[in-house]
Amino acid sequence: MNQKNSTHSIEIEKIDDYRWRIPKTGKMKTDGIIYADEKMLEDIRNDQSLLQVTNVAWLPGIVGHSLAMPDIHWGYGFPIGGVAAFDLKEGVVSPGGVGYDINCGVRLMRSGLTRSDIEDKIGALVDTLFINIPSGVGGHRKDLKLNREKEKRVLLNGAEWAVNQGYGTEEDLEHIEERGCLQNADPSLVSEKALRRGAAQLGTLGSGNHFVEIGFVSDIYDQELAKALGLEEDQVTIMVHTGSRGLGHQVCDDYIRVMLQSSAKYGIELPDKQLCCAPVDSEEGRRYLGAMACAANYAFANRQVITHWVRETMEQVMKIGPKDLQLDLIYDVCHNIAKIEEHVVHGKKKKLCVHRKGATRAFPPHHPDVPGDYRLAGQPVLIPGDMGRYSYVMVGTERAFKETFGSTCHGAGRVMSRRKAVKAAKGRAIVRELKDRGITVRSAGKTTIAEEMPEAYKDVTDVVNVVHNAGIGRKVARIRPMGLIKG
Amino acid sequence: MKKYELIDHTADLGLEIYGKDLKELFENAGEALFEIICDLSQVAESMKKRVVVDGEDLEQLMVTWLGELLYLHDVEGSLFKRFEIEEIGSKSLKATVYGEKFKEGHHTIKTEIKAVTYHQIQVREEEDRWTSRVILDL
Repeated sequence: MNQKNSTHSIEIEKIDDYRWRIPKTGKMKTDGIIYADEKMLEDIRNDQSLLQVTNVAWLPGIVGHSLAMPDIHWGYGFPIGGVAAFDLKEGVVSPGGVGYDINCGVRLMRSGLTRSDIEDKIGALVDTLFINIPSGVGGHRKDLKLNREKEKRVLLNGAEWAVNQGYGTEEDLEHIEERGCLQNADPSLVSEKALRRGAAQLGTLGSGNHFVEIGFVSDIYDQELAKALGLEEDQVTIMVHTGSRGLGHQVCDDYIRVMLQSSAKYGIELPDKQLCCAPVDSEEGRRYLGAMACAANYAFANRQVITHWVRETMEQVMKIGPKDLQLDLIYDVCHNIAKIEEHVVHGKKKKLCVHRKGATRAFPPHHPDVPGDYRLAGQPVLIPGDMGRYSYVMVGTERAFKETFGSTCHGAGRVMSRRKAVKAAKGRAIVRELKDRGITVRSAGKTTIAEEMPEAYKDVTDVVNVVHNAGIGRKVARIRPMGLIKG
Repeated sequence: MKKYELIDHTADLGLEIYGKDLKELFENAGEALFEIICDLSQVAESMKKRVVVDGEDLEQLMVTWLGELLYLHDVEGSLFKRFEIEEIGSKSLKATVYGEKFKEGHHTIKTEIKAVTYHQIQVREEEDRWTSRVILDL
């Protein structure tokens, strides 16, 4: 399948060592730009993701280029790792440009603990996280139930709802993209089905690549930036990766159905049904953005609730109080989102609808949306790798703001399909192999660990080095995993 | 004749489904979906449910059909193993599906499926059979 679907026939021009151009041809309205090095590009050509970059360039009102980050891989509709911005008058918004897991994202906490403080307790920590944070089918905590009225408040207020209920602190909110709440959320635009799916899933991890991971800072690349983010060597960190669960999936599904009709209604020609869309400035477009914001807020609340349980777990196992634990939120970023943001186009400030599908906002130092304590450093960018190797902390840059609408990569990106990974893992004890590397892992799903084994992913170092060298992100620190729970 | 095949897709999972007619094609699609989710040999047929869905065309109908089954799985924990399409046209179908609810410790969930996508969706009639391609978001 890969062979016949590869994209070796697509013409690519080299711009520099880290930038490649797919010149506009046929119905493309703009060029495609891919951030990658030469070796990566060969891998990228083996699936259909470059074709997807060109497909996105078909869409009306696209501003700048159809962009792809180095962790690009074949998604549905938009490629994963795709970024595209659209004019608010002429342009479109597409649910396929956000994806099913609306506001799937990552947050990172620092702590007052060092690696040696927890080394002999890692088993207990992982087991207790596994008990305290539900994952898998039907898993949810009895002490968090949402009736319809409460659920709508979650959709309206996001992480702030969680903090008001006692899950976390006001200070957490300062360190979340958009302060954990998109303002244009309108719960009346969310279907009964989506609400039903969301009712029992708040505070659950979900499956696949979602996780809670305890790690430690293994390398620091920039002392000053690390200090600004409160990171130091050997410090224990915790990363949470999850999204909007069934509620987000249903919102996407509902609005794709709407948009299939609106694409025809507005005469938008689509190379793939999954790219269906509507003008940003249309009833359908506004309704999708209002519903999407609800799902995004649900995801912010989800990560906030889980954070609270992580803190409780650490206190419980380490037998220390919050003051010694110092589990402060460094930052929380969205990986799948469409947002109205102000950017500079041809020297003029302009509001655009920026889609990031498997990409991270990376705003530069001094940007007003960057929290005060990071104003000089730039917005923290969190890049999880596979579960066996490492993750990175970066910050946004001026160059990202100019070239990529303030966006950068989001993760390692798969190289092996889930099936191939399961085959490759046959006869191996992945859990044991990880244990030998000093990583304790527990998972609810039977095949999750095989599907998610380290070799199934690109080395995230390669991805991070490309964005660092291209100047659309700056490396701050590297984190190595010690223990994690997977969905 | 094979009921379906899995096809590789880097991030997700594709299905190529076959059937001698539309009815069988849609029934096999339902079975394929739940064979990915769980081990169907562990599932009894102790519960039945009526499912009615519509779509603008056969392709959308395939997505809404599988999407509805996935929704029931997500909200009610239902695991379905037998699918009876009673009526099917190009824009709607009526079915009765049989299975049981997920029980912790009794059923093993293999894979959680996030969504049924429209990406490269196909439903078409070949010489002597119907086929459909569906890409799932995992």
